Order: sequence, then C-alpha cells, then structure tokens
Amino acid sequence: MSVDTMTEPIAEHDATPAPGGPGGGGGAAPDLGGGDGGGGLSGRPVAAGQWWRAERLMPHVLHLVTYVPLALLLALLGVLLWKALPAIQYNGLGFFGRTTWNLGNLYAPLVSGHGVTHPPGASYGALPLIIGTVVSSVIALVLAVPVAVGTALVVVEKLPPRLSTGIGFCLEVLAGVPSVVIGLWGIFTLGPFLSHHVASIWANHVPDVPVLRFFRGPTGNGEGLFAAGVVLALMILPIIAATTRDLLRQVPRSTVEGAVALGMTDSEATGAVTIPWVRSGVIGASVLGLGRALGETIAVAMVSGSLVGANVHSFYSAFTTIAATIVTELDGALTDASGLAVSNLAEIGLVLLVITLLANIGARMLVRRVATTALPVGRGI
Amino acid sequence: MTVTDAAAGERRRVSAEGSFGRRRARNGVMWTLCSVALALVVIPVVWLLAGVVAQAVPDWHWNVLTTNQIGNGGGLLNAIEGTFLIVVGVLIVGGVVGIAGGLYLAEYSAAGHGSLLRGASEVLAGVPSIVLGYVGYVSLVVAFHWGFSLLAAWIVLSVLVIPYITKTTEVAVRNVPTAYREGGEALGMRSGYLLRRLVLRPALPGIVTGLIVAAAISLGETAPLLYTAGYNAKGPSGALTHSPVGYLTYDVFTFYNEPYKSAHHLAYQAALLLIVLVVVLIIVSRFIVSYSQRYSPDRQQKMSRRHRPGPQPTEALSVQGLGEAVSPPPPTGA
Repeated sequence: MSVDTMTEPIAEHDATPAPGGPGGGGGAAPDLGGGDGGGGLSGRPVAAGQWWRAERLMPHVLHLVTYVPLALLLALLGVLLWKALPAIQYNGLGFFGRTTWNLGNLYAPLVSGHGVTHPPGASYGALPLIIGTVVSSVIALVLAVPVAVGTALVVVEKLPPRLSTGIGFCLEVLAGVPSVVIGLWGIFTLGPFLSHHVASIWANHVPDVPVLRFFRGPTGNGEGLFAAGVVLALMILPIIAATTRDLLRQVPRSTVEGAVALGMTDSEATGAVTIPWVRSGVIGASVLGLGRALGETIAVAMVSGSLVGANVHSFYSAFTTIAATIVTELDGALTDASGLAVSNLAEIGLVLLVITLLANIGARMLVRRVATTALPVGRGI
Repeated sequence: MTVTDAAAGERRRVSAEGSFGRRRARNGVMWTLCSVALALVVIPVVWLLAGVVAQAVPDWHWNVLTTNQIGNGGGLLNAIEGTFLIVVGVLIVGGVVGIAGGLYLAEYSAAGHGSLLRGASEVLAGVPSIVLGYVGYVSLVVAFHWGFSLLAAWIVLSVLVIPYITKTTEVAVRNVPTAYREGGEALGMRSGYLLRRLVLRPALPGIVTGLIVAAAISLGETAPLLYTAGYNAKGPSGALTHSPVGYLTYDVFTFYNEPYKSAHHLAYQAALLLIVLVVVLIIVSRFIVSYSQRYSPDRQQKMSRRHRPGPQPTEALSVQGLGEAVSPPPPTGA
C-alpha cells in the first residue's frame, strides 16, 4: 500500500490526539490497512486497530511535512505574481527595453492609465538591471572558475594533506563569512585597492576600439562593476573550488598513474585524464555559482555604487543589479501611494527568479544530485 | 570521449609537438599558474580577516557586548540578543520541518516518488534571499498586519534554511547502513524505537552539521531581515509580532554608511563578532565531523584505506554524493 493514499485520513487524526485508551480509539477510525507505512522501515507490526501509535502516525506526519517546501514555493510564486500584476499590466513588454527608472510625480494626484492607478510620469525599465545582474555575474564566473580549478588541482595533486586541510578551512571561512562583512571589506579596502592599484595598470593603455573601449577610462573610487565582479567572484569561489576538489579526489589514481607511465608530464596527465573526468561536475558547480552570484544582494548593494536608471557604460562605472535594487529601493517605493513602485519591485523580482531558476535548473541538469558544500556559498548571506 | 581516447589523443599531440624540455617547461608553467590561483584564494581570505580585525580591535571595548546601541554609537547588546533569538527560532522552526522532511525522503519515500518534493526543495534553495525577504514583507509584515517582527523573521529565514536541513538530514540518514535496520527488524524492534535508536542516532552528527550550517546562514543574512525583522535599538521585547528586532548584520549594513566615527567602529565590531561566530561554528562542525568519522560504522574500512596511496578520505564538510552523478564510483578495493 502506497503511503500517499493514507495521508488524507491521517492528517485529521494528527490534529486531534486520539482520545481514549487502547481499544477505545479503533472504532471510528478508518481501517488504515494492514501494512506499515514505511518503505524503508517496517519493524514489528502494530495491531491493526491501533492507528494512534507513534509508529503508525509518524510516516504520515513526516509525509505531510515533506510537502512544506513545495507549498512554500507555490505560495512564494503566488504572492509574487499577485503583487507584480499591476506592474506587468502597466509596464507591458517595453519594460525589458527601457532604461528609465522613474517613480513619477509622487506629490501630484494619482492618474489612471493602462488599467492601473499610478503617479503621473511613472516609467520603469528593467534593461539596465538585467544587464547589470548578468554582466556582474559573468565577470564573477570568468574570474572565479580558473582560480577555483587551479586551486583545487594544486590542493589535490601537490599539497600535503595537512596543508590542504588548511586550504579547506580557508574556503569554508570564505563561504561562511556573511556577505555584509565581505561588502564592508569590499567597499573600504578591496574596492579602492582595485581601482587605484590594479585597474589603473591597464585602464589608460587599452586601445580605443569598439569592444575594448569598455575597459578604458577613469577607474573610479572603488565602487562599480569591476569591484562588484571581484567581490562576487570571491563569494562563489568556495563552492566551485570545494566541488572541484572533491571531484578530483574521486579520479581513479591508477588511470592517472597509467598516463604518467606512458610518459606524460603531470600537467599533460591532468589535461588528458583528470580534467575530462571532472569536467561536467565543474561546469555544474560553476553554473550553481552563477546562480548564487545572480541572486547575491547585500555585498553587491554595498559595492555597486547603486546607479539606477542608466546603463553601465564602463568596466569601472557604477551600476546595480536586480537584487540590489529591490533591497535599496523598497524603502523609497513605499512612498508611492498607488503601490505601483512596490508592485514594480515584484516584477523585477520575478525576472530575477526566472533568471536564477534557469541557471539552477541548468546546473541540476549538468550535475544530478549536487549536494552543496556544507556552508552554502554566497547564498545571499 | 573516453579516458583512453583522450590519453591516446594527448600522446599523439605530445609526440607531434615539442621536445621534452618544452614539455617540462609547460608543466612548470601550469603548476605555477595553479599556485598563483591558490594564492589568489588564500590572500583575500587572510586580508579580509586581518582587515576587519585590524579595524575592530584597536577600538574594542568589552562593554560593546553589554550595552545597547545609543544613537550612532554605544554597544551591540540589542543586536546580539536579537541575533540569538532569531537563530534559535530559525533552528527550531526550520529544524523541525527540515529534519522531518529529510527523514521522510530518506526513510519512507518510495523510489521515484520523492523527486517532485526534492525538486521543490532544490528550487527553493535557489530562490534569491531578497525575493524571500520581499515576499515576507508584503505578505507577513503588511498583509498579515504583523508589522516588523520576530515571527516574520523566523518564517522567512526558515524558508531559507529548510532546503539545506532537508538535504543534510536526508544524506545523513541514507548513509546509515541498511544492516542496522535489518538487524533491528530481525530483533523484533518496533519501528519507532528502531528509528530512534538505530537510524537517528548514527545520523545525528550529520543532522547536527546541517543545523550548524543553518545557524551560520541565519546568523549572516541581511537582505531577508531588513524588511521582516526591521530594526530595534532596544533589546527584543519578547513579543512575537508588532515588535521589530535588531541583529548584527544590520549594524554592519547601516552604520558603515553613517558619517560618524563611532558608527564605523560599531559596524566593524559587529563584523568582527560575526566572523568570530562563523569561525566558531565552522570549527564545531569540523569537530563533529571528525568525531563521527572516528566512530563511524565503516571505520575499519577507512582505517585500511588510509594506508593505501589512494584518494584521501573525504574531508570535513565536503560535497557528498556528487561523484555518483559525474562518473562511475571510484573502485573500492577495501
């Protein structure tokens, strides 16, 4: 007998503990079947009528609880859609092409348009936010993946176990440090260092040609795309590095030794045997890291420079992401009496959710059953 | 491309181009680059920790821990109390739901049945925390009229940590050898007793590690709390609703931007406290993992593996279960 067919009747009994002693409760209760609830556990059968026994109730209670994440997810989507509906109606498809971010005249009487009451002149566009979100995360990924893979290779192939435990500790600390602390360090220490001592090395020597022009120009004060990309890279490094390290440890030693016995150098054996073995896992972990970077809020809000309503024009300019916009703009959005500004944040929240879920689903398809590192990285911590 | 194909291709390529000297040079370059990568991981971590400590320690006074915030200065007592309350509540609410869900998925769900539930849990884990915070604000704080409150914070953060607790519980319970259950059944144990004594007890270190992760997450979250817990310069009132709560990450996030020296000190001191707490949690979880490995049922196997020049035993807090997906499991000779 399958477990879920028994869930419904039990749910009621769960709420009202069984009255009466042994033998008394059996009468009104539906016959719950002779088998035990568990697939994995059976143990000694409890007599057929004794449905109130913990052994009997347990699987059903647990089963109900298992649906909580699903219910929460549906509720989340429901609330988000419900809040976003006025904004979707008002913004239309042009939302994805505009760069403006204007709450309208909040002191003028509200007007009606597009079936929604709104302050006159309100106009919203998500393009700079989407570009900012995707570009900063891609920068993070481009910086983090080679560093993470290189680190994992050195740790597994070259370092003595004691040292690699120390590196593992470093990775856990990096994964565990709250993002607000990384943001604090990023804005006061790392950002200024990057703009004064790193970006300045090349910023004035980049040729003034179409694509490379993006990397030219004043390097700013340390708040902007470059700094945010580096901060995000640091935040997703641990998950990629730890996953790669654990995958590398599962590469069969004998195959690598065989490659070396054929006359390959260490690095050739790595390229020929080790990397192909772990490739799909590393790609999966990277996309998982991308998902984290896309949703990261606080650290980006601190180092991005929060440029709302204009496209990012240089590698060092201020910008903002969807997540950072929600956290920085919600306070101001509450002043919009029509509620359109708040609704608008729900719409960009939905956009962010879709982008993030696509990245996550992509990662799951590449790597089935990824258990995350114990301290989840950059989980908007 | 199979491994042997790759090896053969590589051999052809190698013999076609370049002398041994050039190949050795390339080998050296690659490992040098990898070492640089390692330095790029270690240096920022040390720099980050040292930077925060260097800013926080010179102005450190122990009464930061015992006084409430006063204006742009004062202490962190209100935030410490609030953080503590939030973390404990999240561990209770999220822990009960997460452990129950993981236990069900590992122990009772029929094959294939759990995939929808597992999928929902994984999708939930991927939802950006600010989206959770927004939804918590518009539903719990506004629509339910709870106001900024402890309860709203608990629920939103619980949603955040439930997927992790579920996952770690499921993995821990699954790792309990089937022989334990069979032995228990053979002895005629009741299933509840069997579950408690023979399944949950060996799985306990794994479950506790998951809870520690949850504590670390809820300790360090800012975005979902800003619009659910609000902020309070006084200590928590004890009321579940209509009473905002302070927390450490808020102090960092808000005071770094204030034009006062005392506010900056407070931000750095809160950051230092957060780092210390996270490091303590990491050390505790490492201790638990190493303790449980020492007394794990397949200890003999691990002991014998240690003497072989094979792969290192997986380290504390590592990614489990990934290998099955990617490649055939490594040969287990032991």
